[in-house]
Amino acid sequence: MKDRITEARPHITRNEGLIFERSSPGKTGAELPPLDVPEISPEEIFGGEYFRQDLEGFPEVSEFEVIQHYTRLSTWNYGIDTGLYPLGSCTMKYNPRVNEFVARLEGLATEHPYTPETLAQGCLRILAETARCLIAITGMDAVSLQPAAGAQGELTGLLMIRAYLNDHGGARKYILIPDSAHGTNPASVTIAGYEVRNLKSNSRGCIDLAALEEEMTPEVAGLMLTNPNTLGIFEEQIREISSLVHARGGLVYMDGANMNALIGVAKPADFGIDVMHLNLHKTFSTPHGGGGPGSGPVAVRKSLEPYLPLPTVEPLAAGGYRLNYDRPKSIGRVRAFFGNFGMAVRALAYILAYGAAGLRQVTEDAVLNANYVRQKLKEAYDLPYDAPAMHECVFSDRRQASHSVRTGDIAKRLIDYGFHPYTVSFPLIVAGAMMIEPTETASKAELDAFIEAMLAIAEEVRTDPEVVRTAPHTARLTRLDEATAARRPVLRWRPATPQLRTQL
Amino acid sequence: MRYLPNSPEDRARMLEATGRESPEMLFEQIPQDLRIREPLQLPGPLSESEIVDFFRQAASASSRDYVSLLGAGAYQHYRPVTIDALLSRSEFFTAYTPYQPEISQGTLQALFEFQTLIAQLTGMEVANSSLYDGSTAVNEAVLMAMRITRRDCVVMARTLHPEYRQVVETYGRNLGTEFVEVPYEPSGQTDFSRLEAALDDRVAAVVVQSPNFFGTVERIPEIAALAHRHGALLVVAVTEPLSLALVKPPAEADIVCGEAQSFGVPVAFGGPYCGFLATKEKFVRQMPGRLAGQTSDTAGRRGFVLTLVTREQFIRREKATSNICTSQSLCALAATFYLCLLGKNGLRQLAEQNLAKARYCARQITSACPASLPFSAPYFNEFVVRVPGRAAVLLRVLQNDGIIGGLDLGRFYPELQNHLLICVTEIITKDAIDRMASVYRDFHSIAAPAEHSGERRAPSLQSA
Amino acid sequence: MYPEELLYTKDHEWIRVDGTTGAIGITDHAQKELGDIVFVELPQIGAHLTVKESLGTVESVKAVADIYSPVTGEVTAINPKLQNSPELLNSDPHGEGWLIQVALRDRSETESLMSAEEYEAYLKKGSAH
Repeated sequence: MKDRITEARPHITRNEGLIFERSSPGKTGAELPPLDVPEISPEEIFGGEYFRQDLEGFPEVSEFEVIQHYTRLSTWNYGIDTGLYPLGSCTMKYNPRVNEFVARLEGLATEHPYTPETLAQGCLRILAETARCLIAITGMDAVSLQPAAGAQGELTGLLMIRAYLNDHGGARKYILIPDSAHGTNPASVTIAGYEVRNLKSNSRGCIDLAALEEEMTPEVAGLMLTNPNTLGIFEEQIREISSLVHARGGLVYMDGANMNALIGVAKPADFGIDVMHLNLHKTFSTPHGGGGPGSGPVAVRKSLEPYLPLPTVEPLAAGGYRLNYDRPKSIGRVRAFFGNFGMAVRALAYILAYGAAGLRQVTEDAVLNANYVRQKLKEAYDLPYDAPAMHECVFSDRRQASHSVRTGDIAKRLIDYGFHPYTVSFPLIVAGAMMIEPTETASKAELDAFIEAMLAIAEEVRTDPEVVRTAPHTARLTRLDEATAARRPVLRWRPATPQLRTQL
Repeated sequence: MRYLPNSPEDRARMLEATGRESPEMLFEQIPQDLRIREPLQLPGPLSESEIVDFFRQAASASSRDYVSLLGAGAYQHYRPVTIDALLSRSEFFTAYTPYQPEISQGTLQALFEFQTLIAQLTGMEVANSSLYDGSTAVNEAVLMAMRITRRDCVVMARTLHPEYRQVVETYGRNLGTEFVEVPYEPSGQTDFSRLEAALDDRVAAVVVQSPNFFGTVERIPEIAALAHRHGALLVVAVTEPLSLALVKPPAEADIVCGEAQSFGVPVAFGGPYCGFLATKEKFVRQMPGRLAGQTSDTAGRRGFVLTLVTREQFIRREKATSNICTSQSLCALAATFYLCLLGKNGLRQLAEQNLAKARYCARQITSACPASLPFSAPYFNEFVVRVPGRAAVLLRVLQNDGIIGGLDLGRFYPELQNHLLICVTEIITKDAIDRMASVYRDFHSIAAPAEHSGERRAPSLQSA
Repeated sequence: MYPEELLYTKDHEWIRVDGTTGAIGITDHAQKELGDIVFVELPQIGAHLTVKESLGTVESVKAVADIYSPVTGEVTAINPKLQNSPELLNSDPHGEGWLIQVALRDRSETESLMSAEEYEAYLKKGSAH
């Protein structure tokens, strides 16, 4: 294996500086048509008070250099199309190309958000159809597409819980969060004006009903959970959990990050939850884009519908759609305009492509893939929780740690074998966590290669741990000095200071 | 199904390997009574060509054949084809957040370039790698100012985008934030004396937009001096950052934030867009959002990493600077490509064209009829017109002529009934402007008889 | 390994008591657990500290830890070198990497702290799990 890896050769694309370093005066990458109205003098219009003399430091490069520069940079990235991307809790599935095509259609990509509603019916219809599909999938009663991402969906849901409780005897003070939760959950709770109370998981990695019984006091506004949870385990007692919270006057929020395990198999509404968000960029195949844009629609039960963000899209009796701003109980706006419309277009295209039976197949394949990986790796890696997996599985580095090799090292070594690492060190309740989510679009052949690589690394840990500890060896760069980056941050290029040049 | 790679035989073998007899057994953890029995009520499945047809039909029920003079936080500029060519590199658009720097240098270096461009444009020292959009960027700036000053009162100009103000208020309401609104004066700029009166030692931030919602440029140095005298930070929001190619950057501000959609991101019915936030180096650890930083690898080669991550939610959890978990990387990349293509001179020329066309349009309208410009301060590519007659009627008449004539300001400002906010970018031709001016002329001379004239029929919309 | 003249807490802080003042830092064990330290957030001179309450934070590349005050008192000095060289906490945690100096309000608070020997035994017990 090692021999094969070292065959990779340096290439011109390994040597590319910053765009600013390609700049020289007089070059341009765009030309404008001639001005068809009388010229003006900006200096006269703005005067000394407002006029800017120069765009200091801006690059001057040709169109081809821009293409070449960023094409080269792109080759330094690993994408879903490059190979398996088994990042747990991120659902890195294939991003269908037709989604990209239709999102760029003239009339959709070009529609201004303040276009009169009578003229923007196509866009309004897409928003309404997407919401209708998400309602069918979750079983909830109403959906808002406004939240820009999962974390904003969380906040939106929490604000609705707050508004609802305010109308029913008081907002209360705390939100319960299991210790296995995503870090965004507690951060969103704080921004919503609540305080976090941690709920310890039981030995099976699930919510402990007895602990919940104790913690669910009259000061607690609700419970925020993920189902399946971040260990990839389904909360079997979810209905009892919801009933208990409701009996104490609280509401249940479900983080829908792991919906890829449930579509067509179970509906969150049947779990007794009150509000949830979905991640269009995980479950519904909209691209992650190297870290955004995402989209985090919220779905609610009827009782919470009056609190949805402004505006909502509503059908007209005579056909067509309108935007309703007249909702006195709404929590207000969480974002300008109507959310990440372009992501709704892609998600709808995804749902239409599969239909109901197809989406059920997606869920089966996603869960089958995760269980297959779990089965094949459990001899070599420690499984801290023995419950069967849903769409992802979590191992720990316990066995490898005795050779002083940690989860982060194994992850880096996977790069040498041509794979993107799994999620490292999350969830926090598993020391040295290795969280693997293959998704349904990983083929058996790809999974077999990944399993082989993981087994080979486990062997290397025993025979040659140093090669794992110092990986990666074949990437463009070796391990980067993150400590210096954080101690003395360099966050921008400056023309005056001497810079490190990119070298071969 | 065309996206799924496993054959029935693959599935059978994998199922066997996991010791299960049927796919249903994969879900044995889920209690029987929670499993659904009926298929979901969903449309589809559709082939690729059917999907394209579906969305083409939706796209035809749009304003794509109209000339649109809408701005107000979303700007219609020409997008060079190079941008989509580069965005379509799937190494960029299918990658996750660059947590593994060794195989994410493309995204990281491009974001470092984005941060540099935004810092240069805004006159700030550092910028983050983007936020959701302009409205949430302003909100994050407000929260940041409250953290830095440990104060909880926020003074917002009435000329800040009304939807941005709504977003900031939604967040602040639950955190006990107190809001004060400062009106504008006849120039269309923030009222100084009212601003001064609103300031005391409880104010965390003064938030103004420049060019503001009416398109006029604010007097940033003076406002900064006022805010700083009371120990408050100045947050300057920018929704049309192309203006910064010609207008002095708000370097006296403490935080400059806003929307970079103008730079190569489509208007797309409101999103996704590209929020940005820039500030002084001394505030960097209080800054929300992801940051790409320069460092070197073990062989001394330059490389980039996400840095100062301890500010973020996945580490600090409830004590994080923000609950935001992502940037808008791909939109930030689009903006980077756009700014590099236009470059130092192209961007200025483009801004000059916007300025010239907006001036021409204002002049044509005001000389065609007794319309007037109520605000006297300089504007960039957007301006307010008081129309002779009812704005709603005029907009309908213009619409009959294939023109979306701007935003009726009465919607957000009750005191500005019959005022339109008009945006003229480089894509609006002289012909279109002249045509619009003649509609104004007719509208005035025929004293608004168009109420009952034949409008274009709204497209039929029964869903499939 | 752990200096005898220092007193230690269960949260891995140390204090060097000298009359009515004390210097406070984090232990070698704490810096090893955190890894490369990149930033230290300290109170201002004159700030009032309460025993067992957070006085600031230390950050490594991927973790943040609260520092809990071993005593009650007032901050009289902060280590000026840490702003630019937080790595001193890694290289010399019990010396050059001191964090702050405090005027003690109640010396008896230090009586419940551990000696070097007790702290080492405490660490050993912890790692046995």
